Amino acid sequence: MFQSLSDRLTKVVGKLTGRGRITEDNVRTTVRQIRMALLEADVALPVAKALVDRVLERALGEEVAASLNPGQVFVKIVNDELVTVLGGTVSPLAARGRPGVVLLVGLQGAGKTTTAAKIAELLGKRDRDRVCLVSTDIYRPAAREQLATLAEQLSVRCLVPDSDDPVAIATEALATARHEGFRWLIVDTAGRLHVDAELMAEVASIYSAVDPDETLFVVDAMAGQDAVNSARVFHDRLALTGAVLTKADGDARGGVALSVREVTGVPIRLLGTGERLDALEPFVPERMASRILGMGDVVGLVETVERAVDRDQAERMAAKVKRGRALSLEDFRTQLEQIQSMGGLAGLVDKLPGVPAGALAQANVDERQIRHQIALIDSMTPGERRNPSVIDGSRKRRIAAGAGSSVQAVNRLLKQHKTLAKTMKRAARAGGLERLLAGGIGGAPGRRGRMGR
Amino acid sequence: MAGTSLIGRLRASLAKGRDLLTGDIFRTGGSWDAAALDELESRLLLADVGVDATEWLIERLKRSRTDERSASAQLVDLVTELLETVEQPIDVRADAKPFVVLVVGVNGTGKTTTIGKLAARWSAAGHSLLLAAGDTYRAAAIEQLSAWGDRTGSIVAAQSSGADPAAVVFDALSTAARRGTDIVIADTAGRLHTADNLMDELKKIKRVIGRFDAAAPHETLLVIDASQGQNALAQAAEFDRALGVTGLVITKLDGTAKGGILLAIARQQRIPVRFVAVGESADDLLSFEARAFAQALVGAEPA
Repeated sequence: MFQSLSDRLTKVVGKLTGRGRITEDNVRTTVRQIRMALLEADVALPVAKALVDRVLERALGEEVAASLNPGQVFVKIVNDELVTVLGGTVSPLAARGRPGVVLLVGLQGAGKTTTAAKIAELLGKRDRDRVCLVSTDIYRPAAREQLATLAEQLSVRCLVPDSDDPVAIATEALATARHEGFRWLIVDTAGRLHVDAELMAEVASIYSAVDPDETLFVVDAMAGQDAVNSARVFHDRLALTGAVLTKADGDARGGVALSVREVTGVPIRLLGTGERLDALEPFVPERMASRILGMGDVVGLVETVERAVDRDQAERMAAKVKRGRALSLEDFRTQLEQIQSMGGLAGLVDKLPGVPAGALAQANVDERQIRHQIALIDSMTPGERRNPSVIDGSRKRRIAAGAGSSVQAVNRLLKQHKTLAKTMKRAARAGGLERLLAGGIGGAPGRRGRMGR
Repeated sequence: MAGTSLIGRLRASLAKGRDLLTGDIFRTGGSWDAAALDELESRLLLADVGVDATEWLIERLKRSRTDERSASAQLVDLVTELLETVEQPIDVRADAKPFVVLVVGVNGTGKTTTIGKLAARWSAAGHSLLLAAGDTYRAAAIEQLSAWGDRTGSIVAAQSSGADPAAVVFDALSTAARRGTDIVIADTAGRLHTADNLMDELKKIKRVIGRFDAAAPHETLLVIDASQGQNALAQAAEFDRALGVTGLVITKLDGTAKGGILLAIARQQRIPVRFVAVGESADDLLSFEARAFAQALVGAEPA
């Protein structure tokens, strides 16, 4: 769908090779490409412009190592700058007293209520102490029931003060939490537009009433250019202490993380990564930087892959996936062998551009299993390896016996192969796979056209 | 108070942000010189129009000859031309009984609220409605839909939380057929377009509806949040690939987000845009009209 930055750069780096230094001339095109890539990742325009200017200032005159070209070095500088902006150590949620109060604010549909429940789960587990929740959303139908239901699922107390005034609800909940000795009180609020003066005044009153230890701006990872405006207004009114990026398990680049950080100065603290109530992760600046650029951990990836992969074989496989053909079990076996020499599939997939983090978690591959799986594939006929759909119950029993294993293990192997084939197809669509297998950005300019419809 | 016309309503909501076109964009005269185009490019990008559609618009303006029409009229025409490709109102066919609408989208775009507004609109037009509570996953989603059922006088067909959504929808269709209901709107749980198993679940819901009436669902509506950025393109592409989306609803245009992503979608997806939502109340769901939207977006007065 989108050209990733590395795709865009592949087109221009060719012109840059052979120069020993970064000059305004030889990176001019690259600069524009980077700005466009940041915009396509939904980084706010002023933020993108400022970032590229800073990068250019830092890069000019930089020496370029012989094995690299100015474009690649420039991308590395962009990446470093992103990490700097996003970075610093991300501190855990902390309280001054008991109960600690966490206030969640944001636009409609950002995911505040789900995040409230996830934070309750996180803090309850972390502190091994009692946590309670309260919803002050009197507007959206059934919003309070939603939080109560989630609390029930977590076996966490949801306070339900008998009032229809958000400020009174919050005040009373705080008194109850204090009286009953809760360690944390998490206050959910109604979604509101930052231009809605009345509701912004209301949330400011809630803020004053509960004097929160943490005021978190909940923002959708898919948010667009306007997110900086809402973040700025919320920060002006409430003195945010952090942001939570939700729905980050999708394929959004999440440029909003950069915008929010740059505009408010507050760190992104947590990342919502799934529907389950424990799907809340600490924010990792390096990973986010790579994601915004849409190039995975290119440097680490290039190194890892070049060490381990037989180039010709890899290119054949990449070509096959690119043509939309499924991987055969023969290919899968080759992959397994390479994975053995590269230190595990999980580590590799983490570096893959275009594949969401944890995409292969369900495939659940570990090193010992890999050896067993190779044995299973070895006990199949060539026909079975090419076309696994012919493997019926009796063939499964034969294969299992041949490898000294079980039918369940055969089933697991077939399922994993299927998952991998699917994931690789997606990676091929997102443009990461070919570079992964062929070993490096800029390694093969122009071999791949623009992805799109 | 804004006027009651579509343009007036859209203007009133989009004007909370800055207009795309203001006098200061033109430093010299009123023509598309290089400086004006540069500034316009920035503003288009700030409106989430995206790189591709922005480049297209700028190229077209560059090539357009200066003539007696004002620069803003040129831009309005161009945006209108682009959006007219997706201007196609929903046709609630009376011969389809019930007329089945399946509503899908990622989490938090406003599916349930949109269903409430659709129910209000269609019930005011004299149709009988049944709302199927197909979001059996999100806590209290059924209660939320039921509240809308009460407000709009629609029947709500629901089972318990955690029930199979396809079964809920199938039962709802049976009830609707028995009662002779005109329109069934099926809610679904929000899901990211990258979650294969959840997309498969939607395909199953669609298959089950098809078993009830081969022509159904008559409308598969994708709800897109105007405050979202370029990822909305991926949403449109993936939901369309999985289900064959027949219409879009763009919600939350009452913020300062301009909904420029609509232009990008019109360039790349060509899925008809049915409605735009400009506020919280039931009558804030407007039929999409290309020229009105273009005028509201650009900030030019109607010619």
